[in-house]
Amino acid sequence: MPTYVRTDKCDGCKGQDKTACMYICPHDLMKLDMDGSETGHAMKAWNQEPEQCWECYSCVKICPQQAIEVRHYADVVPLGASVQPLRGTDSIMWSIKFRNGTMKRFKFPIRTTPEGSADPYGNMPEPVMDEIENHSLLFTRQTHQYDMSQFIES
Amino acid sequence: MTEEYGFGNPEIIEEEVDILLIGGGMAACGAGFEIMQWIEEARKQGVDLKVKLVDKAAMDRSGAVAQGLSAINTYMGENDPSDYVRYVRQDLMGIVREDLVFDVGRHVDDSVHNFEKWGLPIWKQPGDEGKPLADGGKPVRSGRWQIMINGESYKWIVAEAAKKSLGLENIQERVFIIRLVTDKNDPTRIAGAAGFSVRDHKLYIYRFKCCLMAAGGAVNVFRPRSVGEGTGRAWYPVWNAGSTYAMAAEVGAELTLMENRFVPARFKDGYGPVGAWFLLFKAQAMNAAGEDYQTRNADLLQKNGYGKYVKGHAMGTCLRNHLMMHEMKEGRGPIFMDTPTAMKNLAANMTPREIKHLEAEAWEDFLDMTIGQCGVWAGENIEPDKEMSELMPTEPYLLGSHAGCAGIWCSGPDDVPGTPEHYHWGYNRMTTVKGLFSAGDGVGASGHKFSSGSFTEGRIAAKALVKFAMDNRDWKPEMERSVDDLVQEIYRPVRNFLEHKDYTTAIDINPHYITPKMFQFRLQKVMDEYVAGVSTMYQTNAAMLKVAEKKLDMLREDSLKMRAKDLHELLRAWENYHRLFAAFAHMKHIQFREETRYPGYYYRTDHLDLDDDNWRCFVNSTYNRDTGEWSLKKVDWKQLVKE
Ligand SMILES: Cc1cc2nc3c(=O)[nH]c(=O)nc-3n(C[C@H](O)[C@H](O)[C@H](O)COP(=O)(O)OP(=O)(O)OC[C@H]3O[C@@H](n4cnc5c(N)ncnc54)[C@H](O)[C@@H]3O)c2cc1C
Ligand code: SF4
Ligand code: SF4
Repeated sequence: MPTYVRTDKCDGCKGQDKTACMYICPHDLMKLDMDGSETGHAMKAWNQEPEQCWECYSCVKICPQQAIEVRHYADVVPLGASVQPLRGTDSIMWSIKFRNGTMKRFKFPIRTTPEGSADPYGNMPEPVMDEIENHSLLFTRQTHQYDMSQFIES
Repeated sequence: MTEEYGFGNPEIIEEEVDILLIGGGMAACGAGFEIMQWIEEARKQGVDLKVKLVDKAAMDRSGAVAQGLSAINTYMGENDPSDYVRYVRQDLMGIVREDLVFDVGRHVDDSVHNFEKWGLPIWKQPGDEGKPLADGGKPVRSGRWQIMINGESYKWIVAEAAKKSLGLENIQERVFIIRLVTDKNDPTRIAGAAGFSVRDHKLYIYRFKCCLMAAGGAVNVFRPRSVGEGTGRAWYPVWNAGSTYAMAAEVGAELTLMENRFVPARFKDGYGPVGAWFLLFKAQAMNAAGEDYQTRNADLLQKNGYGKYVKGHAMGTCLRNHLMMHEMKEGRGPIFMDTPTAMKNLAANMTPREIKHLEAEAWEDFLDMTIGQCGVWAGENIEPDKEMSELMPTEPYLLGSHAGCAGIWCSGPDDVPGTPEHYHWGYNRMTTVKGLFSAGDGVGASGHKFSSGSFTEGRIAAKALVKFAMDNRDWKPEMERSVDDLVQEIYRPVRNFLEHKDYTTAIDINPHYITPKMFQFRLQKVMDEYVAGVSTMYQTNAAMLKVAEKKLDMLREDSLKMRAKDLHELLRAWENYHRLFAAFAHMKHIQFREETRYPGYYYRTDHLDLDDDNWRCFVNSTYNRDTGEWSLKKVDWKQLVKE
């Protein structure tokens, strides 16, 4: 449901050449209005095609100012609710406000290791070129056991 | 010099690599992970291979897993991969490439173990908390093949590992690839690709020995149920525009089962997932009268041969839709998911603390992958323990890794017993075009790979790509089309705009061009009304398809008149061009298969039977770019795994 950017919070990512929301949106929706000619608000971002927004919240989660929120599709959802996350390095907190004012809060873990620590090849075997055409092995050599008698022509 | 470059006058960047990876989703990340180890090994043997990954977005959040996921849907664990083959065969109504499915099955768990090592939280059974899957930790299953995760950062974590494997210098984000180019001397071989940056005025030409096409499936080919501000609310991510199928078909790659589609039944309007509700929370779906329509309509499966692949309670995803759609057509909707009873039953033996935990799990299922559904519930004051929610089948999507199997016809491994010759003609996961490989949503006739299987298939393809590049180390790619020609083509929508924009006072209404948005609406209208979209309750016939073909032909002619007023619109123009191509293939395949193989996904009302005698086979198609004609044929299916 389309995102919107709060004028009181967005700082245009301090004029960096690449704002966080523009960087992350998978559908090229978030845009920085450099001179205010498109929105009347210079150096602030906006969603240039709200009806193409997948409400994936990627931009909401990454904005360093928490300036991006979501107003659920006006042609589908009654007004007054909000779903807002605060994403940390190991968990995410969600605040859900219902139209009738009911509030729910949830916190979930998002990863078990420090951000940036993924080590793809640590303690991994090195592949052997002779095995490059052996389809029963990938370089990690951890193929699941299988019962060949299950094949008709085994 | 750079100041000279601007809109309509891009800088041309030409680059030669050995292997190009197109896409940055699960499949491409898997390829990135596997490939660098083999490249390192090749280097030791004196062969230096250069690889590049190109993604239209940022890998951290690109593709279908951008929001995250709440489950990994393919994990063997205690199961034998041959049982996985049986399950996929049954779900997809008897016709799958069992060699490809088995190949994913035997390798998939290792990929999941790596995700966990990199930091993905995977739920464990009581007593096994903190014990990794690789060490025998028992996962929480929500079905025979699914395991539950805290997956908000799933893509972030996987991309982090893939980016580290590849090295940032080998990654190009924000470049949309629009076309592949064949080799100058061999039209059955691939030699290059062209695309443009959506950030600056740069046009990229890549030359390579081989490439992985893994740009996901196709969405918004059909008119979505939400059409206003909510148009972006499709179940499938709005940014996967059928690029994979369109680009492969245009260079002559054979497609398979493009008549297949996926129509997920989901919570209405938000399209939130139902899997955990059905499987984990044991909720029931019912009609307006509170009747269990699955039981009530069980007899329906005796008709038209649809029940052929039902075993006990297990039935294909399309058949569950079939039973639901029948209720809707009979006027016994809305269809509800009885969430309150499910919550009550579960809570019966629980402490208040456990109940709170259960409620959090229910919400997390949405928050991890379809946040918008929470918006719908919050906006409509729906608390699942107090009020039921409506279910609804979505508009159709084309994909090859979820409960669908449209895609490219690919060569499989040669070590699966009984594999016929026509399943294996070269390198693993290579298409019928030399040097062009695919994985994930791109590979047809082998659904139910999901996130973990797509990543794994990317790994399988990566290994084969390295072998191909090594075998062709002395070969130099020469493109059949000139750079100038490609630049002219890619920028045609821009020229259309610049040349004609001053003809009228209103920028969008101009007899000389069509906006990408209106182009998309036109495509969706045709597909919806004639090719079994929601407005006809997924029904079509030969006469309707004939009308569709005429209208799509004209739309293809008009694709030359799309306009782009900025880079963002240029992106939309080419996305919609890809959509049109994928849609055309879908229509042609439905036209060719004169039976109803996937009731609940679509119906050929002039051939309502499931007809195994004539149609238990693949349907494959090829596009001839010189004549613009499609040719279709039946291809033999072979059973490899015992019943
Ligand atoms: C709503 C939803 C829920 C799902 N739930 C689950 C689940 O719970 N568990 C599970 O295991 N699986 C789930 N899946 C399935 C899983 O997400 C897919 O199987 C998997 O992402 C497919 O991988 P892929 O690489 O083929 O495509 P994607 O991961 O979608 O990646 C496609 C990539 O291609 C890029 N791209 C597209 N076009 C171009 C172009 N022209 N040029 C350059 N780059 C391009 C995109 O930016 C993206 O990086 C779900 C899918 C969806 C849509
Ligand atoms: S990320 Fe936030 S602060 Fe930065 S430009 Fe976008 S909305 Fe503004
Ligand atoms: S919610 Fe997703 S699709 Fe919408 S603007 Fe943000 S990043 Fe883009």
